[in-house]
Amino acid sequence: MKRSITRLLMAPSVILLLAWMIVPLSMTIYFSTINYNLLYPGRNNFVGWMNFEFFITDPGFWIAISNTLILLISVLVITVVLGVALSALIDKPFYGRNVVRVLLISPFFIMPTVNALIWKNMMMNPVYGIFAWISQTLGFEPIDWLSDYPLMSVIIMVSWQWLPFAILVFVTALQSQDTEQKEAAQMDGANGWHIFRYLTIPHLARPIAVVVMIETIFLLAVFAEIYVSTGGGPGYDSTNLAYLIYNQALLQYDVGVASAGGLFAVILANIVAFFLIRAVGKNLTV
Amino acid sequence: MAYLNITDLQKHYDNYHALRGINLAINEGEFIVFVGPSGCGKSTLLRTIAGLESSTGGTIELDGRDITELSSSKRDLAMVFQSYALYPHMTVAENLSFALRLAKEEQSVIDEKVKSVSASLQLDKLLERKPRELSGGQRQRVAIGRAIVRQPKVFLFDEPLSNLDAALRVQMRLELARLHKKLGTTMIYVTHDQVEAMTLADRVVILNAGQIEQVGTPLELYRSPNSRFVAEFIGTPKMNLIELDNVVRENDTLHLQLLNASIDFPVSRTHGPLPDKIIMGIRPEHMHLVETGGDLVGKVELIEHLGSEAYTHIRLSNDQTIIVKAPARTSIKDGEQVHIQVDRNEVILFNDNNRVFSVIAEDASHD
Repeated sequence: MKRSITRLLMAPSVILLLAWMIVPLSMTIYFSTINYNLLYPGRNNFVGWMNFEFFITDPGFWIAISNTLILLISVLVITVVLGVALSALIDKPFYGRNVVRVLLISPFFIMPTVNALIWKNMMMNPVYGIFAWISQTLGFEPIDWLSDYPLMSVIIMVSWQWLPFAILVFVTALQSQDTEQKEAAQMDGANGWHIFRYLTIPHLARPIAVVVMIETIFLLAVFAEIYVSTGGGPGYDSTNLAYLIYNQALLQYDVGVASAGGLFAVILANIVAFFLIRAVGKNLTV
Repeated sequence: MAYLNITDLQKHYDNYHALRGINLAINEGEFIVFVGPSGCGKSTLLRTIAGLESSTGGTIELDGRDITELSSSKRDLAMVFQSYALYPHMTVAENLSFALRLAKEEQSVIDEKVKSVSASLQLDKLLERKPRELSGGQRQRVAIGRAIVRQPKVFLFDEPLSNLDAALRVQMRLELARLHKKLGTTMIYVTHDQVEAMTLADRVVILNAGQIEQVGTPLELYRSPNSRFVAEFIGTPKMNLIELDNVVRENDTLHLQLLNASIDFPVSRTHGPLPDKIIMGIRPEHMHLVETGGDLVGKVELIEHLGSEAYTHIRLSNDQTIIVKAPARTSIKDGEQVHIQVDRNEVILFNDNNRVFSVIAEDASHD
């Protein structure tokens, strides 16, 4: 009796959350099996696996998958390595530390579209960008970043966007590091590097795991930066899975193929999550 | 020449003078305890000796070598911290061997040392565990082992027992005393617990407001404190400090007058001129409850039964409260009128600067 009442009381929220997930997912699955092109309304016949076949055999498919993974891994490595280094640097008190901290954190508050516009027009533009100016001052040919190194450009933008998040987490974690442990190590004959290597890095294992997990969720779905800057091009050079799906759905009006692509993204996210949780998840139980 | 010499040590923080000229000579093999109320500078002094704080004046010499400016790792000292400060990501064995590994000792030497230390501290079955899998007492032993393994010239302990529960604290105290006897190494121990100070120390250093108040063996400090601060700090319950109504000098005798009583005190047991205002100090065990007569009369307010003895809190007719030790199975009840006899040989007199100007009676020593 008592149990059925608790279930009854919990039911609304459970049903709501379940519907929230189930309805879009099942609609996506449904769309992915029918012929659903906005240019030809009314011809929504069942086509089986054809949408999937179409999406996989798209010339951009494997490039998009590999670009997604390259983007993910590069940004993770850059933000974690630089994040640990920078937060260790600003952990010690120095004059103006608070200002430096705010400056290091602030890119996080800039929205992705604006971020991409800043990089595209102010930094990487081959004519009047700052990088071009630096190259010219040093006597080199300016690099057209967005055309010559499109994926690298996106990686730089996204890393700049996400580095503050890593720093924020690591700085907080460093503040909780026990000073007596560092002093004990000092008395044991450890120098700054030893303390960093044997105490700080192990201490940061859990925050690093958290940063990697959270960033992964967002980095698999990078879209605005690509849309604003390279537009996925040239060719498919900077197209990731999210951008390819957008390309199918809104540039070619093919909802069916886009839904099939969406399901691929779900599968990819699950594969990455599986390995990720196996690799870093054990740190969380410490 | 003492083993560890501290000369006029000063420590200034931005707007705080933490150590105000510490002079201390410690002999080899001594167990020294720094004790004092919080904020007295005892931890700062220890950390300055350890090299974790830099001094702003004075010198520290260890075994004939000036170590004032040396980094802490080069001082030949080992420290046990209040939080134990074990390295949480290393096993017990790795914790014990960390200093040796940093010093690039040979693996066989490291193994040998870790083995002998862990055996002597009963850690040999725990070597593969991480600190979080250990109990408080075991962590404590690992922290001590980590210090022993380096064979330092001096051990420093920073309130090492304050995180343990009462029963374990007594046990660890005994183990520390045993360890000191076995190793014979000089030890400096900081605590705010005067029981630890009294039971462990060869000599106790009492600190107050960044200065040394008194140095001596535990019994010396207990029996002949040289200031009111030391008298009140050492001993539980505290020494009774009684404001006298009047003091009359008659030839070689002082008559200490309080209410109806007049306690005779020989002038030969005082030094210096007689101050205007005198406070009499007397420990609870040096007053006795008697049937009739006695010096003072008061009313029992509260009796604390400790099993082996009882402490009676007595209010005198001038509203001063004193504590008197009574036998364990005393028949006295709350509110009862009692007579108190004062042991004259144990009376201590303080002047108006809170310094002691009396000496203890010779015949009363070590009764």
